[in-house]
Amino acid sequence: MRFILGFIGSVFAAILLFSMISNLATYVKNPPAPLAAEKFHKEPKELRLKSDGPFGKFDKAQLQRGFQVYSEVCSACHSLKLVSFRELKGLGYNDAEIKKIASDWKTQVPSINPDTGEPATRKALASDNIPAPFANEVAARAANNNALPPDLSLITKSREGGAAYIYSLLTGWANPDTYRNEHGEKLPAEAKPGPNLHFNPYFANLNIAMPPPLTSEGQVTYADGTKPTVDQMAKDVSAFLVWTAEPNLENRHAAGLSVAIFLLFASILGYLAYRQIWHDAKRVVRVTGALDPKNQAKSKSAKAKQGVVG
Amino acid sequence: MSFSWARPYEPKHPVMRWLDERLPLPRLVYGAIGGGYPVPRNLNYLWNFGVLAGIFLTIQIVTGIVLAMHYFATTDGAFNSVNQLIMRDVSAGWLLRYAHMNGASFFFIVTYIHIFRGLYYGSYKAPRELVWMLGLVIYLLMMATAFMGYVLPWGQMSYWGAQVITGFFSAFPLIGEPMRVWLLGGYAPDQAALTRFFSLHYLLPFVIAGVVILHIWALHIPGSGNPTGVDVKEERDTLPFHPFYTAKDGWFAAFVLLVYAIVTYFAPDYLGHPDNYIPANPLATPAHIVPEWYFWPFYAILRSFTIDFILPAKLWGVLAMFGSILLLFFLPWLDKSPVRSGAYRPVFKRFFWLLVIDVVILGYVGGAPLNWWRTALGQLASAYYFVHFLVILPLVSAFETPDPLPSSISSSVLHGEEAEAAPAGQAKPRGGSVATAG
Repeated sequence: MRFILGFIGSVFAAILLFSMISNLATYVKNPPAPLAAEKFHKEPKELRLKSDGPFGKFDKAQLQRGFQVYSEVCSACHSLKLVSFRELKGLGYNDAEIKKIASDWKTQVPSINPDTGEPATRKALASDNIPAPFANEVAARAANNNALPPDLSLITKSREGGAAYIYSLLTGWANPDTYRNEHGEKLPAEAKPGPNLHFNPYFANLNIAMPPPLTSEGQVTYADGTKPTVDQMAKDVSAFLVWTAEPNLENRHAAGLSVAIFLLFASILGYLAYRQIWHDAKRVVRVTGALDPKNQAKSKSAKAKQGVVG
Repeated sequence: MSFSWARPYEPKHPVMRWLDERLPLPRLVYGAIGGGYPVPRNLNYLWNFGVLAGIFLTIQIVTGIVLAMHYFATTDGAFNSVNQLIMRDVSAGWLLRYAHMNGASFFFIVTYIHIFRGLYYGSYKAPRELVWMLGLVIYLLMMATAFMGYVLPWGQMSYWGAQVITGFFSAFPLIGEPMRVWLLGGYAPDQAALTRFFSLHYLLPFVIAGVVILHIWALHIPGSGNPTGVDVKEERDTLPFHPFYTAKDGWFAAFVLLVYAIVTYFAPDYLGHPDNYIPANPLATPAHIVPEWYFWPFYAILRSFTIDFILPAKLWGVLAMFGSILLLFFLPWLDKSPVRSGAYRPVFKRFFWLLVIDVVILGYVGGAPLNWWRTALGQLASAYYFVHFLVILPLVSAFETPDPLPSSISSSVLHGEEAEAAPAGQAKPRGGSVATAG
């Protein structure tokens, strides 16, 4: 049986090694040219938020500003389907403010006419999810040159780089004709954006259907007096989208700290108990106490000194 | 149990005596994980991981049952039930979900350490062949369960993972495609597949629990192995499981749970893939489809077959991938060395560490996007994997000269001078000093 198995193993190995050699040969003969996307794609810029790290907490003022950017700018195209108005309590709004935000929301909630049963709409309630700007995917595509604006509820969790990626993307649009990468190379013609596409080196294939949404300082007016630069608005909305993706983040951090402290103490006490229980077992055949030859020798010499016979 | 000096159960309380005479459940527990199970006294911390796997299985079953109370197994509702209902609205739902997600990863981490412990110390050798094989059955069931669980949130990786993995069946000629359609209940993963995956994902953990009982039962016939690989010969080679190993397992479990809690609470998505937070879309293929990390080595083997040699490359890949696990069932007969422990096998030891490095490389290649050098590296590493088990191991066991073994377990842990200090037979089994009064 071992011969059969050895033979099977050798066949697998031989095929694999042959594939490896043929792959390497192909690579040597025609090395693939690096794609423009590889040469021009940029990693996200650094973004520091108060919610970062194991003890991070949300900056509620920033979340409110970010929510303002979302509701005045992003929500024209992007939905926030998983977030309900009542959850905005986490941003520091009170019940009355939330009711008002819901009933003033620019899109109404689909409903039926209570008398005729015909389709109708009604004002949103605090218990509703934030209504999407478009009724369905077809409507969204029709209004956006056949591109589908993704739902933003989980966007910071569903993109590599998270909030830093969103922030970089929102501030990353560049002119494809004058753009140069860190090596000073110009964008080749085939990598330039096609119709209805826009060049942004932070986007995976460099050309994104979304035109720059945050274009000028003062696009929104912050109630708390923060200067609404493009950079600030991008940061605020990124921070807000961390909250939409993970509204329980503060609870999680607080609970995690307590659990970790508890388990740390449990481990230490458990370890000490283990040492205690094993104390004698580790020395099972060593004779201790009065029978230990060392102790016997000591007591013998002590007795001899004192002149005790025994 | 297996040793004549194993302490029999003596009920102390009348209620326990009453129970023991009618249903000897306390007796069973006492003999299995209590003071009635003698365990070699020289186990190192690698012997803690079986108990840890049991702990993580329990965590998965408990969190999973509660999650199932809030989950909708429909293609329209699954994603939202996980990402809105459970993550936002259910009390501590986020904790249950993250604990379950990371619990699966930790279950695999401790199981992999447990398996490699077995590989190094020859735990698969006689008389424990069935323990090893039942363990492999548990591992296969774990893989099936984990795969189906990953499909349930119905994100992009769920969907495309299901597409790729069920696609294995279509590699087989003639019967492959009809079998895939029959298993999925359709031509692509859809409602029928999601419902049956949910049903099986709920069932299989209990099957695992059943096989775990067989695994422990089979283990208790010869008793636990030990780092020297030398058989237990006398009473002083062993200690009762309770309190010695319950204390050791207990504190170490608290420590591993600490690591698990840190990941679950502070980096819950670290081991996951961002694409699974995008709802499943059959029309948009992700740029890189990758399974969960614990499947990466096998995924690397699957992708390493790139040429059609008699059979199509895909079929070679599928055969090799299944073969890479199935060959482990033959290990007791591939490695004929009479010495169990790798610690006394100088040549085997080197190849063992080469295998560990090899599997780590396979994991890296399986998880990363393919390019020319990763493909070549994966092919080399896959070839070594098969050669290691099917060629090197039988040869090493035939030609290697092992190092001298210690004469007994107790002589291996106790230094000569100390061993001489106690006359033979005077040492007490439970430890404690021999001397009391002068």
